Amino acid sequence: MSILLEMREISKVFPGVKALDRVSLTVEAGEIHAICGENGAGKSTLMKVLSGVYPHGSYDGEIVYDGQPLRNRGIRDSEHKGIIIIHQELALIPLLSIAENLFLGNEVASKGVISWPMAFKKTGELLRQVGLNEPPGAVVGKLGVGKQQLIEIAKALSKNVRLLILDEPTAALQEADADRLLDLMLELKARGVTQIIISHKLNEISRVADRITVIRDGTSVSTLTKAEISEDRIIKDMVGRDMAHRYPERDSHPGEMLFEVENWSCWHPEQAGRQMIKGVSLNVRKGEIVGIAGLMGTGRTELAMSIFGRSYGKGHQGTVKMHGRPVDVSTVTKAIQAGISYVTEDRKALGLILEEPILKNISLANLAGIARRSVLDKRREAQVAETYRKQLAIRTPGVQQKVVNLSGGNQQKVVLSKWLFTDPELLILDEPTRGIDVGAKFEIYTIMKDLADQGRGVLMISSEMPELLGMCDRIYVMNEGRIVGELARGEASQERIMALIVKDNGKTTGKVA
Amino acid sequence: MADKQGSLGGHLRENGMLLALVAIVVLFSVLVSMQGKPMFLQAPNITNIFLQNGHVIILALGMLLIIVSGHIDLSVGSVAAFTGAVAAYLTVQLKQPIYVVIPLTLIVGGAIGAAQGYWVAYWRIPSFIVTLAGMLVFRGATLWLLGGQNIGPFPKEFQAMSSGFIPDLTGVMKPHGLTLIIAALAMALVVWIGLRARKRDAEFGITPEPAGLFWGRTLVIAAAMAFVGWQLASFRGLPNVLVVLTILIVLYAFFTENTVQGRRIYAVGGNEKAAKLSGINTERLVFACFVNMGVLAALAGMMVTARLNSATPKAGTGFELDAIAAVFIGGASMTGGSGKIIGVVIGALIMGVMNMGMSILGVGIDYQQMIKGLVLLAAVIFDVYNKNK
Repeated sequence: MSILLEMREISKVFPGVKALDRVSLTVEAGEIHAICGENGAGKSTLMKVLSGVYPHGSYDGEIVYDGQPLRNRGIRDSEHKGIIIIHQELALIPLLSIAENLFLGNEVASKGVISWPMAFKKTGELLRQVGLNEPPGAVVGKLGVGKQQLIEIAKALSKNVRLLILDEPTAALQEADADRLLDLMLELKARGVTQIIISHKLNEISRVADRITVIRDGTSVSTLTKAEISEDRIIKDMVGRDMAHRYPERDSHPGEMLFEVENWSCWHPEQAGRQMIKGVSLNVRKGEIVGIAGLMGTGRTELAMSIFGRSYGKGHQGTVKMHGRPVDVSTVTKAIQAGISYVTEDRKALGLILEEPILKNISLANLAGIARRSVLDKRREAQVAETYRKQLAIRTPGVQQKVVNLSGGNQQKVVLSKWLFTDPELLILDEPTRGIDVGAKFEIYTIMKDLADQGRGVLMISSEMPELLGMCDRIYVMNEGRIVGELARGEASQERIMALIVKDNGKTTGKVA
Repeated sequence: MADKQGSLGGHLRENGMLLALVAIVVLFSVLVSMQGKPMFLQAPNITNIFLQNGHVIILALGMLLIIVSGHIDLSVGSVAAFTGAVAAYLTVQLKQPIYVVIPLTLIVGGAIGAAQGYWVAYWRIPSFIVTLAGMLVFRGATLWLLGGQNIGPFPKEFQAMSSGFIPDLTGVMKPHGLTLIIAALAMALVVWIGLRARKRDAEFGITPEPAGLFWGRTLVIAAAMAFVGWQLASFRGLPNVLVVLTILIVLYAFFTENTVQGRRIYAVGGNEKAAKLSGINTERLVFACFVNMGVLAALAGMMVTARLNSATPKAGTGFELDAIAAVFIGGASMTGGSGKIIGVVIGALIMGVMNMGMSILGVGIDYQQMIKGLVLLAAVIFDVYNKNK
């Protein structure tokens, strides 16, 4: 195989931080090359150097592409040479059609007048190539994230891509869509498109990648070939130590019944008559960690939010009990008073005020706790924040730091602190480790273990089955708004969870997925 | 590291504003004396800055809360005109005494705020639209109530609201004793509050601003207060307007920075969804902000009506823009969630000093508008530049 790309000893310094320290990367023509590393290890920075976001001269080291030195002055230069990057945050314009998006900046036009018939025809061809069955005139914003991802790839194909870079392409996708995307990657590989994939999901990497480069703290640690790829090895290289125990050891002693939901139902807030939650019953004991498994979009978040102060849906029915007595959870304030907290899956949009400092975020859900007769005691507020900073090991120069400047894992700890300060008996954690790196995940798991040890109940929603299996005493399996099974710690496995979901799909849709 | 930058950045912003105000005052003093006119900073001028801009400061206090909560209110000029007309109608046509007129007018203002806030908060109709409608409706309502005529003049007590001075209880009279005492107390208070905040910063582990900067600024403020106090005392004493303003400013500064409800308004503007999921009744807070704005608009409307000694159909034109400009010059964020009362007050004073200075210099209204527009733009550019740095 010939070498398509060689990045030699790339260093990039930002004010005060060395983001990349002599990182090297070699990509062979026609391979799928994975880049792994913790958040902040420098993966995205390296790709920005490659794609010209950071132009030649703003970094040290050299890049050889297709046998020629590569000196990009900007993204246009690299795209011209067939290097195309698809960012984690999709860059499509939601109100425009697929065709308009595909040729944005590269319009099918003569003398400035766009030929729409031609553009639609070309769009149709490209969509066929990526296996997307949508009319070229469809409005992008109405399509799911999975389909939008495919449109991004079609856009790359329209630019005669030779080296395609995908930055965490499946992070926001459901499993079926993610599968389709990975298949497409293998198909593109067969057609000779070299690809670089950045991903946190080790199972995906081992499925598609030919080789892996692991980056840690801004340096490249190792490059592994397909034969050497194993999850343990990758994790060890990523965190720089053996992760013999990915989950903290815990003996669980579930106590008396804490939290019960009986026959809970609710309907979609806009689409009349669409029932989202269908008679769900579940319970959590004191000191117990209970999981809810299921594919994305099966109503787990909707269930949690509808219980937490009717923050989702309408037409709520059913009972919520704490300590065996029905409680009023009709508003968020009442749910908090009943001892329930909900830690959102989307911390940036729903959990934090990013431009405010840590201490103001922590006190937000319990301002009464730092106030006397409605007047804030700022000294107390700082003390509270400082306590949680130490307790949860939030890494920051101080509690006055704005939350926006923290890493994902530390932001998650701030959200957790906010809810711990309301002193909940039951915490509902929705995807508590999404988008945070392996080391921080372990810390979050340890916090969960401590909470259970204190006698609190934890209800954990997660799409990562290994973490459910590693942490939970019991797992409910949810599908299409219903609980379709309950598995105790000993009997739960990925296969059994999937089997429950698949069997249920067979029942409702008449076909086995 | 970043923490230090953050807090220094904050200090920089406020100090920068204060510096700009001082620079503008110095500039006009020099320009006025170059034209051979009487001193810029003489007692009547100082008094007039507060008399002529009191309504802008009052409106800007309410506007800050509205903007912090993530909204805007374009109707305040029309509402001020309408409530001014209501007060005039009650006083002149219906011969009601002042202690009936003032509360009744404030209630009318609050009701107008509630009517607009209801649609914004509970129906989620964009505040820009609702208050644009309000701007037209209440301008029309003013014309209707006044029948296209001016109503006036007013009895002495009503005028005293905007053009009166506090009595000298000490009996010294020349200079005005009570004014001097109040100025001295205010100076002591500023130093005390500054020292206390510094001590608290140190306790919280916030890097305090350099001592030189702190004392430099505090001395400038104290000196300015001494100077203003002496000038006012040697003229006619403390204007009633300034008393009302000071009370309101202290009240709103305390409310925004030290109370639960104040903090919640910032949270609503910072991230409404997160605030809602933290158990904050965001609708009720937004509604309350608009009610508050209506009440303050009524107060401003009465003050202007009293100062002009007549309610006119054209009163209050452009007030909303002055108030919004003061809030943004004062450093509030356009997307909501941040902004300080003290910044807004300085912002309003900068506009006021410029108005007066340019008028004394005989700058035409055409150039005045252009210069004020550019100052607003420059202040916001300065903010954005600082943020991106």
